[in-house]
Amino acid sequence: MGDRRLVVGVTVLAGLAAYAVLVPWVAGVDDRVTDFAAARQAPSWAHLFGTDSAGRDLFVRTAAGLRVSLLIAAVCAVLSTVIGALVGALSAVAGGWVDRLTMRVVDGVNAVPHLLLGIVLVALFRGSLVAIIASIALTHWTQVARIVRSEVLSLRDRPHVDAAVLGGATRWRVVHRHLLPAALPQALVAAVLLLPHAVWHESTLSFLGLGLPPHRASLGTLLEEARSSLLLGGWWTLVFPALGLVLATLAVAAVGSGLRDRVALPRRAEATL
Amino acid sequence: MARRRLLFAVPVVLAVSVGVFAAAAASPFDPLAGYLGDRYLTASQEAQAKLAEQLGTDRPWFEQYLSWLGHLVTGDLGTSRSFGQPVADVLAERLPWTLLLVAVSLVIAVVLALGLGTWTAARRGGWVDRLVTPGCLLLQGLPPFVVALGAVALFGIGLAWLPVAGLTDAGADLSVGQVARHLVLPALVLALSQLPWLLLNVRQSLLRALTEDHVTGARSRGLAERTVVARHALPTALLPFVTLLGARLPELVVGAVLVEEVFSWPGLAQAVVTSATELDFPLLAFLTLLTTVAVLVGSLIADVAYVLLDPRVAADG
Repeated sequence: MGDRRLVVGVTVLAGLAAYAVLVPWVAGVDDRVTDFAAARQAPSWAHLFGTDSAGRDLFVRTAAGLRVSLLIAAVCAVLSTVIGALVGALSAVAGGWVDRLTMRVVDGVNAVPHLLLGIVLVALFRGSLVAIIASIALTHWTQVARIVRSEVLSLRDRPHVDAAVLGGATRWRVVHRHLLPAALPQALVAAVLLLPHAVWHESTLSFLGLGLPPHRASLGTLLEEARSSLLLGGWWTLVFPALGLVLATLAVAAVGSGLRDRVALPRRAEATL
Repeated sequence: MARRRLLFAVPVVLAVSVGVFAAAAASPFDPLAGYLGDRYLTASQEAQAKLAEQLGTDRPWFEQYLSWLGHLVTGDLGTSRSFGQPVADVLAERLPWTLLLVAVSLVIAVVLALGLGTWTAARRGGWVDRLVTPGCLLLQGLPPFVVALGAVALFGIGLAWLPVAGLTDAGADLSVGQVARHLVLPALVLALSQLPWLLLNVRQSLLRALTEDHVTGARSRGLAERTVVARHALPTALLPFVTLLGARLPELVVGAVLVEEVFSWPGLAQAVVTSATELDFPLLAFLTLLTTVAVLVGSLIADVAYVLLDPRVAADG
């Protein structure tokens, strides 16, 4: 079951990635060039996905948008994972009041509606890519922190850690040689599962007109553009970018849950011994 | 427990509001631009300096924060520029519409989740299950605004069954019938955007409950399957559902923002977007605070309900 999900997810993702990378390159058309004579054309052989209200080819533009959205999401996922892993590991190793305080901070960040903080940040730093990335990364690290913390806590009392401590290893050496590597698989799974959230977050901000500027293709700006075209009957402006978004999120989620099962299996086997 | 949770909420709310002010101070945006709007470009240096002094925007951000907090405590919420009225009036005008929308969609989502979740778990593998469960997985991949746009395209434009924007038809008076017709699509979309998580949760925990010993016991005593599911399995399966409802609140807020924006629903969530795009800082700061408080209180209620419903959970756990 887990393996089938992995295979399907990876295949779809590879297809999407190939589309996102190759199409803008092979087509040799700049996705930002407008041609108002060809505005809002239904899908045809000349324009597979039709054109938007400024006559831009949606087959190329969706590819470009997918690329931007996935890239932003990947950067955010990596950043959140690094922050989360550091906080989680430090919290578990330090223990005591540091641990309790950190976990309360995690609860606090979780309790706040993420999108709202994103809206505030992005509105104040309008059009800045750093603000978009920061608003996602700063709100999504908590899950990773929890996972890494509990993983490190359960590893802390294992014989090999005791052996390292008895062998005179420093605290830092124990953390980065014996605890973090063992928590890594779990953190990676969490990072993959973060990706769809990050894609959603970015596309939502851009959709609200607060993220990337409208001429920069991202799944969010494309869907924002679709909002006005829809009223004039341009269903294709919604369908294709939305399809890209759904396929990407579902494929990533499938890969993530497949990986999670795979990472969890050996541990379960260990527990039954 | 309730008291401890309340004590936890205070620093979170304070941290969020301090954060908003600190971010505003660090951002390149000039609060005067937010206050003056278009006139910012034409107003003279002296006039601007004078206004900054009057508004207190020339003071350090922490002082501004403290004075804002002081005004807030005394009930003075400031004035919203983008709506041209006091923040308190914006709140009074828009909050009821948001509450109506959120309440109706929450009821729809909970009823559908409980009904369909129970059905799909009790008849696992039946045609309803084979239709609903993959449907939920698909919905989980769709952000609320895509569902909203799809609903606009299909029911508003394609089939032209329902209105897609506003509270009433243009120029029509506010009446129950008008509002109800305009409420259908936004409420359904908001409900649908929360449904998959709720439904799959009910289905999952009911499936687990159905394998428990006391359910097998009930079955072996020859009770009707109906009674076994409704009286013996469902109550234990419902506890996690209550917690989930609390945990989904931030997502519900996000959904409300998007749904109100797409359907031009004149609620508070739409005002969040307006105040953000127009940098209407007094309104934005207040709405951020209000939403945070609402979410914290909501999850507190969910936790208290959990303790009341489950005698096994200690009230001070």
